[in-house]
Amino acid sequence: MSGTIIRNGRVVDPANKRDEVADLYIADGRIVGSKSEIRNPKSQIEEIDAKGLIVAPGLIDMHVHLREPGFSHKETIESGARAAAAGGFTTIVCMPNTSPVPDNPGTIAWIKDRASAIASVNVLPTGTISKNLAGEELAPIGSLAKVGVVAITDDGHCIQNHEVMRRAVEYARMVGLPVLDHCQDYNLVSNGVVHEGYWSTLLGLPGWPAAGEEVIVMRNILLAELCDHPIHCQHVSTAGSVRLIREARQRGVKISGEVCPHHIALTDEAIQNFDTNYKVNPPLRSQTDVDALLEGIADGTLSILCSDHAPHADFEKEVEFDAAPFGIIGLETELGLFIDLLVQKHARIDITRLIEMYTVEPARLLKLDAGTLLAGVRADVTLIDPALEWTVSVDQFHSASRNSPFDGWKLKGRAVRTLVGGKTVWKL
Amino acid sequence: MTTRWTRKDLLGLRELSADEINFILETADAFKQVGTREIKKVPALRGKTLVNFFVEPSTRTRTSFELAALRLSADVINLSATSSSLTKGETLKDTARNLEALHADILVLRHSSAGAPQFLANRLKASVINAGDGAHEHPTQALLDLYTIREKRGNIAGLRVAILGDILFSRVARSNIFGLLKLGAHVTLVGPSTLIPREFEKLGVQVSHKIDEVLPNADVVNLLRIQHERQRREYFPGIGEYIRLFGLTKERAKLLKPDCLIMHPGPINRGVEIDSVVADGLHSVILDQVTNGLAVRMAVLYLCGGISA
Repeated sequence: MSGTIIRNGRVVDPANKRDEVADLYIADGRIVGSKSEIRNPKSQIEEIDAKGLIVAPGLIDMHVHLREPGFSHKETIESGARAAAAGGFTTIVCMPNTSPVPDNPGTIAWIKDRASAIASVNVLPTGTISKNLAGEELAPIGSLAKVGVVAITDDGHCIQNHEVMRRAVEYARMVGLPVLDHCQDYNLVSNGVVHEGYWSTLLGLPGWPAAGEEVIVMRNILLAELCDHPIHCQHVSTAGSVRLIREARQRGVKISGEVCPHHIALTDEAIQNFDTNYKVNPPLRSQTDVDALLEGIADGTLSILCSDHAPHADFEKEVEFDAAPFGIIGLETELGLFIDLLVQKHARIDITRLIEMYTVEPARLLKLDAGTLLAGVRADVTLIDPALEWTVSVDQFHSASRNSPFDGWKLKGRAVRTLVGGKTVWKL
Repeated sequence: MTTRWTRKDLLGLRELSADEINFILETADAFKQVGTREIKKVPALRGKTLVNFFVEPSTRTRTSFELAALRLSADVINLSATSSSLTKGETLKDTARNLEALHADILVLRHSSAGAPQFLANRLKASVINAGDGAHEHPTQALLDLYTIREKRGNIAGLRVAILGDILFSRVARSNIFGLLKLGAHVTLVGPSTLIPREFEKLGVQVSHKIDEVLPNADVVNLLRIQHERQRREYFPGIGEYIRLFGLTKERAKLLKPDCLIMHPGPINRGVEIDSVVADGLHSVILDQVTNGLAVRMAVLYLCGGISA
């Protein structure tokens, strides 16, 4: 028996259209409707003072690389989960570019076992679309569904063969799994490492053209329509992609898109010192693209926020720009960056919508029993101080890696406490 | 002379001011003088160690730097990718730190990856001189081009310079564009549309795909090598069509003004971007460039080597 009361916070629960200063009650790891449902003696009830804080449903980051199995020098399920908790996330969805690749039920079972043993937050695995991420033959998607993957994706290995992708989407429809896609045409992008534009031209770095993303976004729209099944475009980065997704959603196509903080916080101008912490895929784009992403977030075209948390060791990043791996870690900075940029600096959405984009929207797409403070659900709760001013320090990260371009940034707003199943797993 | 040199490294011309560029060229004047003496050696870098670290193959630039360093009395070590531990999986950073542990004072780096010299310059106390990084910059090549133009024409401001060929993959083109614009020249890029990114127009250069319209007005034509090894994808249909549209043939050379300079960073593909007789003709200053390269590199090593001391 355990009981917790979170007192006097502003309860923002978009799933239930709730926004009021109230107490939130937790009994035995679940949200309950009233204090009377907490059966503990008064002395054994934990009280958390949330005055001035937002009490939100536990946030979900549906695009995270935990690197385990196979690359535990970059991150582990344990360290990634701690980073998630410290960022305000109670549920994270991990990508399948590990070794071995989770294109089989055994590897998924291993990830789930490992997570339940050592992860402080909920870790939900994705399975691959194709065997060994090769883009040629379908993985056993039905078997992956049975062991509990929440989606299928080949992540950084975008399927180039449209026929394979079409059959994957059709098949996924049968088992009810959404398809997540990293949109990249390998012929158009070739060896591109930065956005093709002014800065790539000046610096002589191989360009990654916006069209290399947009042509696959368009492909996905056509296949989502053809198969009548959701395809979710990961880390949307270009103005053209926003335009295509907006138009398709207006027609009712089951297409969606997510945004990462670095794609709105930075432009390709940041690469001019060849700092590989700014090397990310898709690359940092132009100001026009940033403006379009902000517009897409404001009008609902882009409905989900995430990090694409992509840890790499220092020695891997400290190499020539061409040779460095792509990726930025984000779990411990994304909420602060999005509150600072979207709610405060650019004032494109309010905090309620921001929370909705981190809870209701991914929960709906992935059919999760999460992202709500409805009585009866698991008590995953994030306490947010939207006015707290803080400075990012990579040295204080819980992640095993440090590849963030945001070290030293001053931000306003962050999570201050994270509860999973009613238990505090992290607090500031 | 009002300008002082304060840089440890020479990474590119984009970050230099016109004053700094002119200061290098003026310093090179003095070293060119040295090359005409019977004893061509000065003690400016005596006791200093220079490492010529060429991760990408080069003959002319490497020997030019080596000779420049020897004439400044420096000790010189030559390292290539195959003679270094890079082939054993050592990172560039570790290789460079090992060189520094041997108290190398100046590192001259040629590398296939843009930004590699800056990467090392940020991490080493030694001076880093960019001897060409990917498609980014080749500052000493552009400096010797500027030096040669200035020597032959007296001035650079106001001249019309056409840069012809593969601009997209060319570090020589980039460094020339930055340097020429800073010194007030008018720059026109000429070549196939696939090899000239339009973003260059934002820097204030003109782009043309009609060589016959550009040649009659040019004071300088700088030809770039058509890099066969980089044409793995379809940037243009073939050498035959390239020559027809953009080759500096002997017929086209008749369009040139009598005092127009023809330059080429080498190595030349005779019969491809330039006809053999044109390369050896009256307009050509290609061998002057090589001679001047030595003086310019002596100036750069002297200036940066002095800072690192």
